[in-house]
Amino acid sequence: MQVPGALRVVEANAIAYRRVWKGSAFSSFVTPALFLVAMGLGLGSLVDGGTGAPGFEGLSYIAFLAPGLLVASAMQSGAAEGSFQVIAGMKWTRIYHAVVASPVGTRGLVGGHFIWASLRVLMVSVVFGAVAAVLGAISPGAALALAPVGVLIGLATAAPMTAFTANRENTEALTAVFRFAITPMYLFSGTFFPITQLPEWLRSVATVTPLWHAVELARRVALGHDSTLPPWQHVGYLVLVFVVGAALTYRLFSRRLNV
Amino acid sequence: MQPLVEATDLTKRFGDFTAVDAIGFAVAPGEVFGFLGPNGAGKSSTMRMIGAVSPVTSGRLRVFGLDPATDGRRIRSRLGVVPQDDSLDMELSVEENLYIYGRYYDLPRREIRARIEDLIDFAQLGERRTSRVDPLSGGMKRRLTIARGLINHPDLLILDEPTTGLDPQARHVLWDRLYRLKQDGVTQIITTHYMDEAEQLCDRLVIMDRGRIVAEGSPRDLIETHATREVLEVRFPVGELEKAGPTLQKTADRVELLADRALLYTSNADSALAEVHRLGIQPESALVRRSTLEDVFLKLTGRTLVD
Repeated sequence: MQVPGALRVVEANAIAYRRVWKGSAFSSFVTPALFLVAMGLGLGSLVDGGTGAPGFEGLSYIAFLAPGLLVASAMQSGAAEGSFQVIAGMKWTRIYHAVVASPVGTRGLVGGHFIWASLRVLMVSVVFGAVAAVLGAISPGAALALAPVGVLIGLATAAPMTAFTANRENTEALTAVFRFAITPMYLFSGTFFPITQLPEWLRSVATVTPLWHAVELARRVALGHDSTLPPWQHVGYLVLVFVVGAALTYRLFSRRLNV
Repeated sequence: MQPLVEATDLTKRFGDFTAVDAIGFAVAPGEVFGFLGPNGAGKSSTMRMIGAVSPVTSGRLRVFGLDPATDGRRIRSRLGVVPQDDSLDMELSVEENLYIYGRYYDLPRREIRARIEDLIDFAQLGERRTSRVDPLSGGMKRRLTIARGLINHPDLLILDEPTTGLDPQARHVLWDRLYRLKQDGVTQIITTHYMDEAEQLCDRLVIMDRGRIVAEGSPRDLIETHATREVLEVRFPVGELEKAGPTLQKTADRVELLADRALLYTSNADSALAEVHRLGIQPESALVRRSTLEDVFLKLTGRTLVD
């Protein structure tokens, strides 16, 4: 039986990842740990002494923060998978061209790319969840339950990001996306504070960001809070963003690699 | 015998630009077939269509008797591809690059391990097998790319400008490897803008210019048909060539005036040189040589291969 080419691409990514796993594990383990300690415990000690905003009642800041920070990290990781990796394959090493010349083809390349991206964000989510659980920020059960939410937001970020990168010739625009889209989303989509704290007009912007939907889901999963919308709508939105992004990616990859 | 590749009226257009203009050719099993032409002649576009990565705009193309539009995957699984740029994973080792590519062809791990031994031997990369690709020389990377193209034991190897950018010594090593493959019976299609490469390697070739095939045959046939046996090259100091030009026209069957030199096509170059001297023309230097494919190209297109 013929194994789908996509799995071969995943295998190739895994072999390449072996070279960088130490640095990567460091950033996916140490960074969230530092953030949780600094923001959750350090800043949290001030927050917890305050009057409390709606959504915070009876909740330590670190418990509020951890689920959101987990999905925000997954988003960042998804964005990374959809950016520098992609421009390298297209332009720097041009290995995408070699993959497309093999039986794997463009479909296998795109499929494998997203399967690999989902594995990477899964790793990031699991490691983050473990750190948060060890720090007592979330329960071990919640840590596990958050992993699929991490995968969802990771893919919902990786797909549009990959589509965006497909046509790029240099990293300028990618840096701009990180600066003007990923980072603001990270900060203002309800990760660090509820979006009810935002001015009205900014609140409606926040509600269309994929990350806000993921944060809503994550808090529901971890804390049992009611999410703003029914959970299936948050899930549906993230799935939709992924599917549209992936379809666009396939189109743009074909246009660039199969000319 | 059924040809491995067969094209009729094969055309590739990019918008208004016609890169390949209704060409026809057939490649027989076991032969080394060449596309010779300057940059932009349509060679790479043709190769990408044969490789089933670039859709045919119009005309008919069959590879192994299959249609690339519907059987791309099957075609690609039997092809070896050596693209113009190496497209290797620079961060990985020589071995890892071969291994990963073998997996793309669905080969079992153990089988790949065995083939890697042979290929590293073939590519003369034994001492570098575990080193990263990035610091390797251009010639080594090229040999690795060719080895990678052989991992699936292809029925047809397609090489797009295999020696462009390599130094003369690296080119000769590579030619030796390709000749060895030919002796092993591997059918090859090669594009090149080096006429010496085409002469060395190809059993048969087509000359392409601006998307069209302008001549076809073995290197020897092409030279016999389109050029004289010998060529006299005479060089002149700047400005002198214009003055000598009209007189030179009388000294040979055909005379090509290039920027810095004149090419005199004749069956006997020595007597032509004597004639030049008799007419009172004193070139800066004179060279007697045999005709090459470059001369054929010049005659057919009025331009040189490498500008």
